[in-house]
Amino acid sequence: MKRGRIAYNGAVHQVTEANGRVRLADGRLLAEGQFQWLPPVEVGTVFALGLNYADHARELAFKAPEVPLVFLKGPNAITGHKAQTRRPADATYMHYECELAVVIGKTGKNVTKAEAMDMVAGYTVANDYAIRDYLENYYRPNLRVKNRDACTPLGPWLVDAADVANPMALKLTTRVNGQTTQQGTTADMIFDIPTLIEYLSSFMTLNPGDVILTGTPEGLADVKPGDVIETEVEGVCCLINTIVDDATYFAN
Amino acid sequence: MIKQHVAGTVYGVILNDSVSLQRIGSLDEAPYKGAPKAPVLYLKPANTRVACGAQVSLPAGADSVEVAATVGLVIGTAAGRLTPANALQAVAGLVLAADLSLPHASYYRPAIREKCFDGSLPISSVKPRVDLAGLTLTTEIDGQVVDSRSLSELIRSPAQLLADVSEWMTLSQGDVLLVGVRYMAPQAKAGSTVRISADGLGSLNFTIAGAQA
Repeated sequence: MKRGRIAYNGAVHQVTEANGRVRLADGRLLAEGQFQWLPPVEVGTVFALGLNYADHARELAFKAPEVPLVFLKGPNAITGHKAQTRRPADATYMHYECELAVVIGKTGKNVTKAEAMDMVAGYTVANDYAIRDYLENYYRPNLRVKNRDACTPLGPWLVDAADVANPMALKLTTRVNGQTTQQGTTADMIFDIPTLIEYLSSFMTLNPGDVILTGTPEGLADVKPGDVIETEVEGVCCLINTIVDDATYFAN
Repeated sequence: MIKQHVAGTVYGVILNDSVSLQRIGSLDEAPYKGAPKAPVLYLKPANTRVACGAQVSLPAGADSVEVAATVGLVIGTAAGRLTPANALQAVAGLVLAADLSLPHASYYRPAIREKCFDGSLPISSVKPRVDLAGLTLTTEIDGQVVDSRSLSELIRSPAQLLADVSEWMTLSQGDVLLVGVRYMAPQAKAGSTVRISADGLGSLNFTIAGAQA
């Protein structure tokens, strides 16, 4: 099943997918444009992976890491499907990152690889934007690059784990204004999902609502105000976001 | 009114005092290639927070931990694009915190295993605001004073820090911004009892146990 969250008629609703429309719990069906998308889960701790695809590590001229390169995000960074993300006026290189997002459904500590997939509630899609102008070599990638308001769209759907037969063999695609710019497959992750869950839970308790953004393959490109970015993971969903300039973002 | 315990996201900042900058030495060479321009933040997620009196277990393989005494600004109202002049109006209160880290000399990569293990942020209840510039934080391990730091040596004052950080991230009610930790803070071994205190903010006590189960 595909589950989402929307704002409609002055309230937050949990919805499911129904032939291209969304279904509220009481059966009402809504079409796109009648409501606003929210991230499909209220996130707990959000983990993100750097350099978790060998081709992407090469693209950035880094050796692939020996332990997972993990960084964290706060809830301010997360926004929903069809939201706007700001490109600040002084940025010269802002790029998308199409990622499979793993949503944790259980509490667990010291989870082994063999048990790890039982921890997963489902999957969604993230676009982990980065503004490279703000990169500094301290706790890199630093929060000014990766924890900006509304810079990590998530959604639109949380797809039940049972409905994704093999999350380690899904095509990732990014299109900018309809043109494909990034392609890869989750099969190329350096640290796969069970390895990441085992690693993180070896020192942290994972909880329902925690989200792991599993990294992005090669194919980065600069995005400009007005660009419409579609990040899609095969069999999960397609997340759409629009880049806006300061004046649009801060317009009253 | 905010809840009397911290319920939001806790952020901290490194290299925000002159002693730490002196200790880390030249930042010109690799991997840093220059002093930081923006505040360098880290996040202490929900699993790290424990209350006064906690027993903190270290991750497997660790037998000591850095204890960085600090103070957290508790956000009372959603705060974005603050100015130094209005920033402190967003602060509802203060917490005393011990930011625990497995020792790590390099600040190059995010230190998630080192800083985010379960229980790595003993934190007090929310206290009324006091003037931070005049505050001295004392760290005692097994009854011995091992460190004493004055917050007068902060590089970015609390107001400046809030203004700089909220330029790119909105802080929510209940979030906390720790005002800075010492580079290479004193270490406590498994079995130690730790006490952090500051005039006007009371004290925070906890013990360090061996490896986590």
